[in-house]
Amino acid sequence: MTTTVHQTGAAAQSEPNVLVKLWRNKETRSVIIQIVTMALLFAFLAYIINNAVLNLQALGKTFSFDFLNEPASYDINQTLIDYTSRDSHGRAMAVGILNTALVAICGIILATILGFLFGVIRLSHNWIAAKMVYVFVEVTRNVPLLLQIFLIHGIVVHSLPVPRNAINVGDAFFLSNRGMAIPRPIVEDGFMFTVIAFCIAIAAAIAFRRWAKKTQEETGKIYPVLSICAGMIIGLPLIVFMISGAPLSWEVPQLGRFNLRGGWTLIPEFLALWLALSLYTSAFISEIVRAGIMAINKGQWEAAGALGVKRSWTLRLVIIPQALRVIIPPLASQYLNLTKNSSLAIAIGYMDIVATVGGITLMQTGKEMETMIIVMSIYLCFSLIISAFMNWYNKRIALVER
Amino acid sequence: MSDTTMHSPRSYEPGTHPNLPPPSSVKGPVHWMKENLFGSITNTLLTVLAVYFLYKIIPALVDWMFVDAAFTGESRNDCRAQGDGACWAFIAGRLRLFIYGFYPEAERWRVNLSAVLLVLALIPILFDNVPHRGKAMIYSALYPFIAAWLLVGGIGGLTFVPTDQFGGLMLNVIIGVTGIAFSLPIGICLALGRQSNLPIIRILCVAFIEFIRGVPLITLLFVAAVMLSYFLPPGTNFDLLIRMLIMVTLFASGYMAEVIRGGLQAIPKGQYEAADAMGLKYWQSMRLVVLPQALKISIPGIVNTFIGLYKDTTLVIVIGRLDILGIGNASLADAKWQGLSTEVYVFVAVFFFISCFLMSRYSLYLEKKLHTGH
Repeated sequence: MTTTVHQTGAAAQSEPNVLVKLWRNKETRSVIIQIVTMALLFAFLAYIINNAVLNLQALGKTFSFDFLNEPASYDINQTLIDYTSRDSHGRAMAVGILNTALVAICGIILATILGFLFGVIRLSHNWIAAKMVYVFVEVTRNVPLLLQIFLIHGIVVHSLPVPRNAINVGDAFFLSNRGMAIPRPIVEDGFMFTVIAFCIAIAAAIAFRRWAKKTQEETGKIYPVLSICAGMIIGLPLIVFMISGAPLSWEVPQLGRFNLRGGWTLIPEFLALWLALSLYTSAFISEIVRAGIMAINKGQWEAAGALGVKRSWTLRLVIIPQALRVIIPPLASQYLNLTKNSSLAIAIGYMDIVATVGGITLMQTGKEMETMIIVMSIYLCFSLIISAFMNWYNKRIALVER
Repeated sequence: MSDTTMHSPRSYEPGTHPNLPPPSSVKGPVHWMKENLFGSITNTLLTVLAVYFLYKIIPALVDWMFVDAAFTGESRNDCRAQGDGACWAFIAGRLRLFIYGFYPEAERWRVNLSAVLLVLALIPILFDNVPHRGKAMIYSALYPFIAAWLLVGGIGGLTFVPTDQFGGLMLNVIIGVTGIAFSLPIGICLALGRQSNLPIIRILCVAFIEFIRGVPLITLLFVAAVMLSYFLPPGTNFDLLIRMLIMVTLFASGYMAEVIRGGLQAIPKGQYEAADAMGLKYWQSMRLVVLPQALKISIPGIVNTFIGLYKDTTLVIVIGRLDILGIGNASLADAKWQGLSTEVYVFVAVFFFISCFLMSRYSLYLEKKLHTGH
């Protein structure tokens, strides 16, 4: 304290000397550096905001998000909620967000399944299958994703037959250059009971798992938790479903004279984006899975064997929990990448958030700044949600060091 | 050795029996196949499936790509007359367009010269046993500016070429190389800032890195195309290519910072402490002790970042610039050559595969080399 007072007192007499002294003191220097950084940052921000205000004024534009309430007057080729061109830009944005979420979630599920499958095959003893997966992984990883999206889209649109000659898979799925038609479930009265039964079964399964774990810790008795849980979750809703008279029917697409009628249609844009994203990401995930399993020391297998643990239990209780710890962090960043890469949708005309708000809305309203801020913040939200979830999961399975 | 010797062990002193070859049941192609292809029922099933798949795919692919393909011709119909495979004549006729874009015919030597100079600039970076490496590095650092002058011209006797005539592969390489070259110093600063003891600096760096890594490159390119000019003083107008390069560099520097942070964290704490104990100041200890080691182990990661960025350069198509993929896409509209999208995409894919695969092999080679060092 006293030194500071002394220094400020001396400041009046010989300024440069004091500044040098302040600079040489580690603590004051760090404070000075940070203050200067903040000052520079604020000056920079003020400068660019001032520029933006001047530029907007010169163009006669205002900065407001009011355009979200104005009618959008453009059509969207895939909507999960009701939408017509008379609806507002805000609703178009909601459609775009849902489309992004749809392709991201579907992509994450398929990429995870394929990635784990490919990763395990690469480690299998089967030489030919392992080599095939190796070639697939190398080709997919080293070709730009955008190109793969174009390629799949091109194949669907140009090489598949017209709807009249659609490829028929079991009279329920029809593949044509308009996309893939799949059966649509139609919910009838009384389906609620099945849903309720499903929820009860999940709650019961969780409770049983807790109880089984507690019993195992106390008495060492092990129950076949997985099969009992699976039986409960599938069985209970199925019984209720049958008792309530199977209140669910499928609207199967019908091959009409020129077009397919009924059912749900996965448009070619969605198919191309979904498949390309899943295949591209699965190549990276398979490498992560392979590395994760290879990272587990052989001694772990041997130690479990020496303790008399069954081989299938070893995998479930010893190897996978440890491998997951290595796998989860890079897996999370792959999920993030997939979500961000779904923005390539705009290149083939799948109406995700970039194509709706950042594309057509931007062109129609001329609100470059507002629309880009919206799009970027939505992606940041997606990223934060995924990384928060994966962090939580990672913490849950992390090694508790003593 | 004949059977008699094997049946009469007494003719050998203990420990002098010659090594016999292993029995055929544990060695040789039959055993290998038994072990690696038909080990169990699932394994056999997998093998049969895989072989069937290959049998279906490979002959068809070879037929399409080579046997039935047409390599010369003036239009799609010429190709059809030669066979129903790929129509490579289309690609062959436009090869120069794929490489140079719309760069003026008479000035293309400048692109070629820049490419040669690029290879020369890469040599000291990629190989550490080059003589006078330090001096050569100065040239490498100056290369981006030399290349910019060569390609754009306008000063020193070279005719000016507007950047909207840049295209094709040239554009991919320009964006990729510029992105990496300029993101390296920014990435180093960000990585150091993220590890800094000064809370404000650390928070700013973390916020910047997380923001960049949280948004897709496409949105940043849109910002370059429509939004960046709002933040410049009224009346100034940057070239679109420069705006794109700025955003790509910022994008790459976010990823670069994380790669270098990995390198910094891998340096043992003793190195930092030893540098402090020597009385080195912060920048001295970073420059002389920590960074040389951290950068060296980050090189594989940097190469991987470059591969990612190089693949991502194809995204410039969404803001209307024609890179190699964009040229391919635009060529599809040619009435004489309709319906050749697969040929174009396969050609571009093969090109990218070869270049990216070679780079990833280089990065693997480096990783192996670095592993033996410790």
